[in-house]
Amino acid sequence: MRELICITCPKGCHLKVDEENDYKVTGNGCPRGAIYGKKECTHPTRVVTSTVKIVGAEIERLSVKTNGDIPKEKIFDVMKELNRVVVKAPVHREDVIVSDICGTGVDLVATKDL
Amino acid sequence: MYDCIIIGAGISGCSLAFELSKYSGKVLWLEKNNDVADETTKANSAIIHAGYDPEPNTLMAKYNIWGNKIIPSLCKDLDVPCKNIGSLVVGFSEEDDRTIEMLYKRGVQNGVENQRIIKQPELSVMEPNLNSDCTSALYAPSACIINPWQFAIALSEVAIQNGVELRLNEEVTSIKKDGDIFIVNDTYKAPLVVNCAGVMCDHVTGLIKKPDYKITPNKGEYYLLDKSQGNMVHHVIFQCPTKIGKGVLVAPTVDGNLIVGPTSTNTDADDYSTTSAGLKIIRENAVKSVPNMKLQENIRTFAGLRARSDTKDFIIGEDKDIHNFFLIAGMASPGLSSASAIALDIVRMMQEKDYFLNLKKNYVSTRKVVRFKEMSHEQRKEYIEKHPEYGRIICRCETISEGEILDAIRRSPKPVSLDGIKRRCNAGMGRCQSGFCGPRVQEILANELGVSQLDIVLDKNGSYILCGRTKENGDE
Amino acid sequence: MNNRYDVVVIGGGPAGLASAIAARQNGAKSVLIIERDKELGGILNQCIHNGFGLHHFKEELTGPEYAGKYIDEVDKTDIDILLDTMVIEITPDKMVYCSSSIHGYLMIQAKSIILNMGCRERTRGAIAIPGTRASGVFTAGAAQRYVNIEGYMPGKRVVILGSGDIGLIMARRMTLEGAKVLAVVEVMPYSNGLNRNIVQCLHDYDIPLYLSHTITDIVGKSRVEKVVVSKVDENRNPIEGTEMEFDCDCVLLSVGLIPENELSNALGIEMDPRTHGPIVYENMETSMEGVFASGNVVHVHDLVDFVSLESETAGMGAGRYVSNGEVSKNRFVRTINGDNISYVVPQYIRKDNVEKSVELSFRVRRPTQQVNIVVKDGDTIIAKFKKEHVIPSEMEKISIPKILLEKADKELVVSIEEDA
Repeated sequence: MRELICITCPKGCHLKVDEENDYKVTGNGCPRGAIYGKKECTHPTRVVTSTVKIVGAEIERLSVKTNGDIPKEKIFDVMKELNRVVVKAPVHREDVIVSDICGTGVDLVATKDL
Repeated sequence: MYDCIIIGAGISGCSLAFELSKYSGKVLWLEKNNDVADETTKANSAIIHAGYDPEPNTLMAKYNIWGNKIIPSLCKDLDVPCKNIGSLVVGFSEEDDRTIEMLYKRGVQNGVENQRIIKQPELSVMEPNLNSDCTSALYAPSACIINPWQFAIALSEVAIQNGVELRLNEEVTSIKKDGDIFIVNDTYKAPLVVNCAGVMCDHVTGLIKKPDYKITPNKGEYYLLDKSQGNMVHHVIFQCPTKIGKGVLVAPTVDGNLIVGPTSTNTDADDYSTTSAGLKIIRENAVKSVPNMKLQENIRTFAGLRARSDTKDFIIGEDKDIHNFFLIAGMASPGLSSASAIALDIVRMMQEKDYFLNLKKNYVSTRKVVRFKEMSHEQRKEYIEKHPEYGRIICRCETISEGEILDAIRRSPKPVSLDGIKRRCNAGMGRCQSGFCGPRVQEILANELGVSQLDIVLDKNGSYILCGRTKENGDE
Repeated sequence: MNNRYDVVVIGGGPAGLASAIAARQNGAKSVLIIERDKELGGILNQCIHNGFGLHHFKEELTGPEYAGKYIDEVDKTDIDILLDTMVIEITPDKMVYCSSSIHGYLMIQAKSIILNMGCRERTRGAIAIPGTRASGVFTAGAAQRYVNIEGYMPGKRVVILGSGDIGLIMARRMTLEGAKVLAVVEVMPYSNGLNRNIVQCLHDYDIPLYLSHTITDIVGKSRVEKVVVSKVDENRNPIEGTEMEFDCDCVLLSVGLIPENELSNALGIEMDPRTHGPIVYENMETSMEGVFASGNVVHVHDLVDFVSLESETAGMGAGRYVSNGEVSKNRFVRTINGDNISYVVPQYIRKDNVEKSVELSFRVRRPTQQVNIVVKDGDTIIAKFKKEHVIPSEMEKISIPKILLEKADKELVVSIEEDA
């Protein structure tokens, strides 16, 4: 039995995951907690939020995020990849900045209009 | 070749540079920091004392009384905040009553005008938030509160306008004498040198002779409370000195805050740290005078150094061994109150030696700064129409506009640090302590100085703010 | 741009955006938002992490996205916006004086005003940390702005004081950008941040959290070189002999937020010493008729979704005020702190102005498990809610239906009762 705190929403439910029993989750307040509990024990993932360089805008950094979960162990690979990116204004929210970042199958998107 | 070299740009050096600048003669002025008024002058009680405190017949007594008389009008000329609010030394016991009586007599001897001893209930009417256990007080109406660093900066700005040559970041490391001429740092030559090096005075004297006095830096720690507490008292409130200590003072500042302190501990010449023990002493003592004060409304704690001499008095005038080597040393309290008078006296002493005899024809002796906050709605509207940069408010706590910041940067001596801007126009002085305006001031300063934001320091050299940029390791 | 508006909204952050839209939809014919920054969105623009919007938009958004969606909504309306403009003064006759380098000095007459100025961070001074005045000490929010908006690093080896959410978020953010976060230090025996942030910001990156510890000295002549961290006793006083030293060049402070009420204080509206914000009625109207307030200026929230919700109430109140006039104060109840409660908002409820129900927001004083939130008037129990656990860092919200509210005569005492 593994005890976790659900990070899906600010509620932070205290989950119990039964690793012996197909990762059955208890203590979750909603179905997303069950999904999180299992995933955290099998292949943990995170959304990465950060910035990239932008030119031609009022400010010099554009906020971005991975448009979905990426494997936790790839976080620093993604951060390294971001160092290489320079975008030109104008950029709109949801524009894809890097597609399939680090082979995760997930796109890096802008989170702001600049 | 110069006519005079001034060492140090605290209040003593600034006052002297200002006075000398009115006369024909080349003055060189050396300061080790990147700005004027960056040590004792920026961290003290910000009071122009009435003059009952110094022992009679001391230099402290003489210059304090004299300084107190001339500083208010000088501040008016230079557009420096200075308010004549008077001071009260409050007493709680018979022992305190005797101290107050003694201080009163000393005041009479020193020449303090209009002082009187006040009893209850008048005391409570004057200061409703004062501890009601206070039985009597020495009231000295001539005491003032002042913005000490703006005073020094204003003096330096006028001095520079009048032709004094200020070299910042120039620490004095050697003084030699070739006949009648001093050679400072192996480069600068002049027949007169004035040592106003504050806590380093004995060290500077030591560059040319074995010093016959010793300066012990004595640290005073303070609390500065938010403007919500600024109306707690209406006078400078001192406690009676006792065998245990001098007590702490509580006073409004010219900016509307409440200053509480100081402590007193001997320390090193570069120790500006506050300590938990010191802050505790202030907290415990301050509430004795003003029990309702909310110390949790503190916005900043800080410490300043007093340049205390083992001679127990100021050391003013020509060194007894080195001809034409002048001293303004041992400028512990009431140094700020006395510096202007001392400067006048030093000029007189130089004139007796036939230096600085001719007043310039067109010297500047006044200064005016724009303060958005002090304008009426109509004045603001009109002024911003002509000068749009005064419409953009950068420091929201103190309502300081971009125009005022630019104005400060464009004057000389040019500030190069965030604190340099703060000292000139109050941006960052308020309750958020530059959390909001710091980055913006940094940007304006970098643009104006034509440097990267990374090069802007908080205060002294080496106090860098930022360590680099994000996303800069891409090519590695 | 004219100089008369039905509703003037002070601040274009999440609160201002929501209240402006709601005011326009509920009867205000002309609405103006005045924002001091160069763009709308307020603090959300620098909160580039995700976790926003789950209540309001039913999806997980980053701060800029949450703001962006609201800004899109505002753009669809005829709400006027003044950017890069600072409100200098508001008077009781509802004149708003503001200043800008582009628009000049403006004097705007409003029929109703909504205060949405948000909050600011407590500083080193507020907690009087001893030590030198070396550079390298930042509030976490100031550091966040440097990193996320301007792209500057405020330090390389970091100690964070305070485990509020901004501190935790910045621990992760600084780590991702290549800094080493040596410790997060919290004076309380429990964290002040959300549990999820302890997990995803600290545990994910092996950053130690020192509970019941504080910084007792900051060392360094020009730049921070070292901090001393000590354990504290139950009265939060440092215990001698427990000192640990961390060699660092940067200290980030996440030691609380204070509602930004300089304008409100100068205006002379009544304040609540518990929240440091204005006292408000059920529709977020302050003690001054026609002046409303919502969001962090009233009480510090932990979720922006609730700021939006509360601001919709304020906007609706202002819209109705300009179209229908004053609300009757005849029948009202006060809300009161009961056991283990530090504040309740709103402070007053005018019963006749409640349609279906009234929302009460409050915080507890200490963490407690298995509780009942009980609302009473004298001995009469008005409502009771079960809850697994309550902690001071999470604002609680309950909804009292009008029928139950009618049972209250003078006051609503909210308290936390532990399950026997």
